[in-house]
Amino acid sequence: MAEELLVVEDLEKHFPIKRGIIFQKEIGRVRAVDGVSFVVNKGETLGVVGESGCGKSTMARCVMRLLDPTGGKVVFDGQDITHVNRRDMMDVRKKLMMVFQDPYASLNARKRVGSIIGEALEVHKVATQAEIKRRVQELLDVVGLNPEHYNRFPHEFSGGQRQRIGIARALAIRPKLIVCDEPVSALDVSVQAQVLNLLKQLQRDFDLTFVFIAHDLDVVQHISDRVAVMYLGKIVEEAQGHALYERPLHPYTGALLSAVPVPNPVVARQRRAVVLEGDVPSPINPPAACRFHPRCPRFQQGTCDVNEPQLEPKDGDQQHLAACHYPLEGWPLPDLRLPSTAASA
Amino acid sequence: MALLDVKDLKTSFKTDDGIVQAVDGISFSVEKGETLAIVGESGCGKSVTCMSIMGLLPRQNTVHSGQAVLSGRDLLAMSSDDLRQVRGTDVAMIFQDPMTSLNPVHTIGRQLREAIEVHENVSKQRANSRALEMLRAVGIPRAETRLDDYPHQFSGGMRQRVMIAMSLINNPDLLIADEPTTALDVTTQAQILRLIKSLQNDFGSAVIMVTHDLGVVAEVADKVLVMYAGKVAEQGDVDEIFFHPNHPYTWGLLNSLPRLVVHGGELRPIPGTPPSLLHPPPGCRFHLRCPHRMDVCSVEVPPLEPLSTNPGHHVACHLTEEFRRQKADELAASMLAQTS
Repeated sequence: MAEELLVVEDLEKHFPIKRGIIFQKEIGRVRAVDGVSFVVNKGETLGVVGESGCGKSTMARCVMRLLDPTGGKVVFDGQDITHVNRRDMMDVRKKLMMVFQDPYASLNARKRVGSIIGEALEVHKVATQAEIKRRVQELLDVVGLNPEHYNRFPHEFSGGQRQRIGIARALAIRPKLIVCDEPVSALDVSVQAQVLNLLKQLQRDFDLTFVFIAHDLDVVQHISDRVAVMYLGKIVEEAQGHALYERPLHPYTGALLSAVPVPNPVVARQRRAVVLEGDVPSPINPPAACRFHPRCPRFQQGTCDVNEPQLEPKDGDQQHLAACHYPLEGWPLPDLRLPSTAASA
Repeated sequence: MALLDVKDLKTSFKTDDGIVQAVDGISFSVEKGETLAIVGESGCGKSVTCMSIMGLLPRQNTVHSGQAVLSGRDLLAMSSDDLRQVRGTDVAMIFQDPMTSLNPVHTIGRQLREAIEVHENVSKQRANSRALEMLRAVGIPRAETRLDDYPHQFSGGMRQRVMIAMSLINNPDLLIADEPTTALDVTTQAQILRLIKSLQNDFGSAVIMVTHDLGVVAEVADKVLVMYAGKVAEQGDVDEIFFHPNHPYTWGLLNSLPRLVVHGGELRPIPGTPPSLLHPPPGCRFHLRCPHRMDVCSVEVPPLEPLSTNPGHHVACHLTEEFRRQKADELAASMLAQTS
C-alpha cells in the first residue's frame, strides 16, 4: 500500500491587487494557484509541467510554506502544515527541502560552499562542527564534486556545479521530500543530463521523494513517475508519465506535446503540430468556466464557456485524470483547424 | 556564389589573464534562402561568431582575422560607416532576450520607424505605414493601437515578434537569430519558429539560427554546424548530422537528450565540462572528454575533412571513418526507435 507523503487539497494562492494610498481597496486578484489537488506517494517523483504563469512555482512555494496559501490544505507526512507557525515549521523543514532554478542567485555569494551546504545542519543543531564538516565533504563527494573545494566560493564553480551544490544543500539534513523548482532549466543539455542522472541516483540511494517542476516536457517525462499539467492556476491533466505522453487527453497537453521540437528532421518535416494562437490569458481575469476554452481546438459553445470541467478519471482509467468536456480522441492528432486569436485578459 | 561565405574566421579577446581564443578558424557558407543552424553549448563561440560577422564586438581588445563575405563584400574589412549601412538592410540580427534589445523608453512604433529612417529617406507617414505592415505580418493583434505602446506592455513572445518585425523591415537577405526562442515557453517557441519560417518564405531571406536545442535544429535547419570550444566539430546537411553523426561530441549531445532515451533509462551525458579558452587543451579540444580518445588526439589538432561517402559533410576527428560510421548507425537506429 503506497504511503501518501504529501497531500495537497484545493490549494489556493491569490495575490490581491490594491489601489489607493491611505485606504487601500482591493480591485482585483491574481489567481496564481486556484484550486490544486494532488497526492505524492513515498519514493515517487511527481512532475509538474506548465508554461510561464501557470502557477507551478507559486504552488511549490506554498507547499514549502515560503508563501502562505490563501485557501486549501497542505498535509505533509501526516501533518497539516497549512497554517503552522514559523517555529513549528522548523521541525517540518528538516524533512522537506527545496532545490531552486537559478544556480547563480540561489547560493549566497559571500559564503563558502561548505558553509552553504552545512547551514541546515547547523541551524537545526543536528551535529557538532567537526561532524558537520565531515558530512558536508561526504555530500560534496556524493554529488560529484571535489570534497577539497569545501572552502571555495560559489563564483568559482560553473552553473552545473552550483546546481549540484544546491542539491547537496537540500540533501544535507536527510529530508524525505525535495521540491525541485526547475533545477535544470538554466543548464546546457549535457550538464542537464548529468544532473538528472544524479537526481535519479540520489533518489535510489537516499530513499527520496521528489516534486519536480519544469517546463521542459522531455525532461519531466524522463524523471517522473506521474505528471501533472498546469494551466492558469489549475491542474488540467494528471497521469502516469508514459501515459500522458502516449495518449494525452486534454487539448492543452496535446498542444504542449506537439509544440516540443522533435530532434528528428524527418519527423519534424512531416509532423502537423497543433500551434496555439495568442498568449496565455492573465491570471487576474481568467476566462469563464474552462480556462482554456478561448484557445481550444475542441471548444464547444454552450458547454465549455458555461460549465467548468472537473479533474476526473477519463476513459475508465482511474490513473488518468483530465479536466475537459471533450478530451482528445486519439494521438497523434490529425490536422486541426484552430480558432483565431487569443482571449481577453 | 553563396550569399554569405565565412572563411577561417578567428576572433580573440585580450583580457587581463591572457588571450581568449573564442573562435578559432571557422569556415562555412549560407546560400540564398537557406537556414543554417549553429549548434553548441555555452562558451563554444556560436554567439561570438555571429557578433563578429555583424561587427558588433567592441573594437578595443578584439582581434579578428579571416573573412565574412556577404554578397561579395567582406564585412570584416569594412569601415564602421559602411557596416552601419549594411546592418539592418542586408543583414539583421535578433537576440535572445527581447527586453534588453528593445529600448524601454521609446514606443515600438518609434523604434520600428527608426529602423527604416536610419537607412532610407522616407516620410514619417510612409515609415509608419511600413511599421504597421510589419507588425501585422508578425501577427500582433490590433497592430494600429500597439504602435504607441512601450516594450513592457508586450509579453515575451510578442516582444520577440516585434524584434523580428524590426529586423525584417528592410528586407535583409540574411537574418541572424541568436537563440531567439530560448527564453520563451514551448508553445510560444513553436509560434515564433513558425513565424520565422513563413516570413523567410515570403521575403526570401536566409537565416542563421544559433541554438543549443537539437529539437529546434531538426525543425528549422537545412544545414547544421556543430561547434565546440571555438572550432567546428562537424558540419553538413541536417539529415546527415542527425542520421549519420560523425563526431563524438555530436554523439554526446544526442545521448544527452531525454527524448532519445527509453523511458526511465539512463542518460549518457558527456563527462566533464567544456575547456577554458584561455588555455585550450593541446590537440583536439574535445579529447579530454572523449570516450574514444587515442594518443594522437592530445597532440595533433584534427583537420576538418569531408567524408568519403558524402563530401558535403565535414568532420574534424582522428577516428577512422569506418569506426565513426558504425557508431553513427547504432545511434541513428536507437533514435529512430524513440522518435518515430
